[in-house]
Amino acid sequence: MLKVNRRQALALGGASFLSSLLAGGASAQAADKLTIAFNVNLPSFDPTVGPSAVNPTIQAIYRAIYDQPVGQKPDLSFEPGLLTKWGWNDDKTKVWMDVREGVVWHDGTPFTPEDVVWSIQRAGDPKNGSPVPFVWGSIDNFKIDGQRINADVKQFDPTLFKWMAFLTGYILPKQYYTKVGAEGFEKKPIGAGPYMVDEYQGNAFLRLKRNDKYWGPKGAFETVIFKFVPDGTSRVAEIESGSSDVTLEMPYEEYDRLKAKPGLAGVCEPISDIGMIFITNVEKEMLDENVRLAAIYAIDKEAIAKRLLRGYATPIATLEAPGYEAFDPSIKVPHDPEKAKKLLAASGYSTDKPVKFKIQTTRGFKPKDYEMIQAIVGMWRKIGIEADIEVYEIAKHYELRAAHKLAPMAFYNWGNAIGDPATSTGFAMFSPSPHSAWKSKDLDDMIGPLWGEKDEKKRIAGWKAVDKYIAEKGYVIPLVQYSQPIVFKSSLKVTPNATGALQPTLVSKA
Amino acid sequence: MSSRIAYRLAMAAITLAGVAVIVFILLRVVPGDPIAMMISPGASPADIAALRAHYGLDASIPVQFAVWARDLLRGDFGVSISLHRNVLELLAERLPATLELAVAALIVAVCLGGAVAVIATLLDDSPVAPVIDAINGLFLAVPDFIWAFALVLLFGVFAPILPLSGRIDPALDARFATPFYLTESLVTLHLSTFLDVARHMAMPTLALGLPLAAIITRVLKESLREAMVQDYVLLARLKGMSKLRLVLQEALRNAVAPTLALTGVQFTFLIGGTVIVERIFGYPGVGNMAIDAVINRDLPLIQGLTLVFGALFILVNMLVDLLVVAANPRLRHG
Repeated sequence: MLKVNRRQALALGGASFLSSLLAGGASAQAADKLTIAFNVNLPSFDPTVGPSAVNPTIQAIYRAIYDQPVGQKPDLSFEPGLLTKWGWNDDKTKVWMDVREGVVWHDGTPFTPEDVVWSIQRAGDPKNGSPVPFVWGSIDNFKIDGQRINADVKQFDPTLFKWMAFLTGYILPKQYYTKVGAEGFEKKPIGAGPYMVDEYQGNAFLRLKRNDKYWGPKGAFETVIFKFVPDGTSRVAEIESGSSDVTLEMPYEEYDRLKAKPGLAGVCEPISDIGMIFITNVEKEMLDENVRLAAIYAIDKEAIAKRLLRGYATPIATLEAPGYEAFDPSIKVPHDPEKAKKLLAASGYSTDKPVKFKIQTTRGFKPKDYEMIQAIVGMWRKIGIEADIEVYEIAKHYELRAAHKLAPMAFYNWGNAIGDPATSTGFAMFSPSPHSAWKSKDLDDMIGPLWGEKDEKKRIAGWKAVDKYIAEKGYVIPLVQYSQPIVFKSSLKVTPNATGALQPTLVSKA
Repeated sequence: MSSRIAYRLAMAAITLAGVAVIVFILLRVVPGDPIAMMISPGASPADIAALRAHYGLDASIPVQFAVWARDLLRGDFGVSISLHRNVLELLAERLPATLELAVAALIVAVCLGGAVAVIATLLDDSPVAPVIDAINGLFLAVPDFIWAFALVLLFGVFAPILPLSGRIDPALDARFATPFYLTESLVTLHLSTFLDVARHMAMPTLALGLPLAAIITRVLKESLREAMVQDYVLLARLKGMSKLRLVLQEALRNAVAPTLALTGVQFTFLIGGTVIVERIFGYPGVGNMAIDAVINRDLPLIQGLTLVFGALFILVNMLVDLLVVAANPRLRHG
């Protein structure tokens, strides 16, 4: 008979524990399960309040759980959502909205026009902590007539219905929310979207189950898991090891390497995110038009897009990227270092007597942000601009920008998922906006009337004129439109979304 | 002894109060306004003011502090700006994950560091000794987050045998009564769940434990070397005791006290190290939550987290002091 002493038993136990520990291996893709290694954590389930409500990346999750009054296709165009039809009356003093019939919340209760009215009123009340009460508060005096909602326009906002497919534009269940309260909703959220919350561990994962009662196209997977993996290296390892089926937002070099690997595929299409440099009109150097224009003409955006961003970016001349409504391809700002030198010389500057100012940038917040600014500073040096780079956190950028205290130049990325000029050029360049850096009366006089312009053609033409004027005056430096790298198992098909939201409904089996 | 504990508790309360004041003021004077993080570009000054009032940030700093301190004394840590949930509840949910990870890392460090120190002492005269020293030096020089990345590459990519992120397999439908997943699954004998949790903890545990193991090896080995030339060890050697028994039965008991004190101090650093390691491995502890809280300038949550970390540091130091006293008769008797 085999005798085992205490030491041998302990060693045997340890060895079997270790082998069990290692035996599991990386989890493989189950037939009806999709695992996404996601780049940000989901802080809150309320899509209408707090910092996460205005975080464009998180909208991928919100759009899966909730539904929006107006839907948006991957090419940024709009389609019916929880509203089947909508519009203004002729003089734009009233709005009407037809609410979809036969929709149910995840708990099985019916979705009603009251839910829509309550959600808009809640988001329009500043006391609730909504970051965009000015949009939702622009209509009032709601009247429900069957499935139709009528409301008065307090202040005409031509982008109102576009916001219904944008940040904070979500419908929440009135009865359920008022019953469980804000904290109760955070613990057990329900929506009317294509997926239902099954399990959530903050900073770890969110498990969703397909909503088989969803009114629209059903998701391709019964279970969708968002793993929250903010670290880029870990996300690359997730997809490379097979632990996740899809991941996004890795360095472009890694994207090229991964998509070439057997079993993996990739898409990297332009999204509604642009890189730009704010110019703040506080210090005297920035008030000199020659200096501003010289700084713009000196930048070789093509080289930045091709060499630094490996071709995964599109140079832009205005804050309107291709695909945006007011994009005007006739506005061009060429790379012309000789012209830049002449402009600087006209203001008494040269490489021997350079103009000096500070430029702020984030580092690692967007792909190659710091490297891009380094390259630009190098290009400027050749024409007679000496810029000091200051690296700061994005939180500091927001605070300085709101206080109009940014450095003379500051790098930023601007997202505009609805592609409207009001939410790009408008908010970035209009003085009263807390997010504008260049504040001048000439520009405000041009932009002001466009906020309430009721003729859509005239409005878009007006914004194009504003963009042309900004380019001529050099009030901002648009750089590139980003592309979003997504890597996935080749057994899947991913439809790239121009908003940048990796919605699970856009992933299917190949 | 009891007066010593009472004194330490009083000092701990004063220290925590000091931490609370400093953190509260620092958070409000350093750049990064939480409201600026969430205001929409079209917000008017009135909208911004309403948002500020909604989060209670419209009052002066002394008034804000007084309100916070009053609520704190009532056990109300406030509501997180970004997570929209009670801070105390969040801490109660996440702290156990960090504690399990930190304790597991400590156990690994003590076992590994202790074993290597004993082996190195046994092989003191052999040509292997400098090799052990060199390897240990390497482990000392590499910080925890580098270990984390190295482990991700090793066990996540090259030999994908361990899960890369999280605390449990998201596909597993495991329900827990407490937030102590590892302990609960072990106690309730749900062994498959226990193994899954252990597998998820393996890499972060190693990343945190390896640098501490190297420190323990160095200190304990040095203490053992000193103990091995003491008279009582020499006497035991003359009696014909084997080297292994000399180390384990005679030298180790006396050499362990300085290692214990140092391990306690290093354990507090290890808890600090969980912040970055939890982030890399997507581990849902307080460290990972702390990074998001800082990014979002979630003032109530940062304040709550700082107090918890402060309390943990103080508690660990107190425990270590008591253990050192208990382990050393000379200290115990004054």
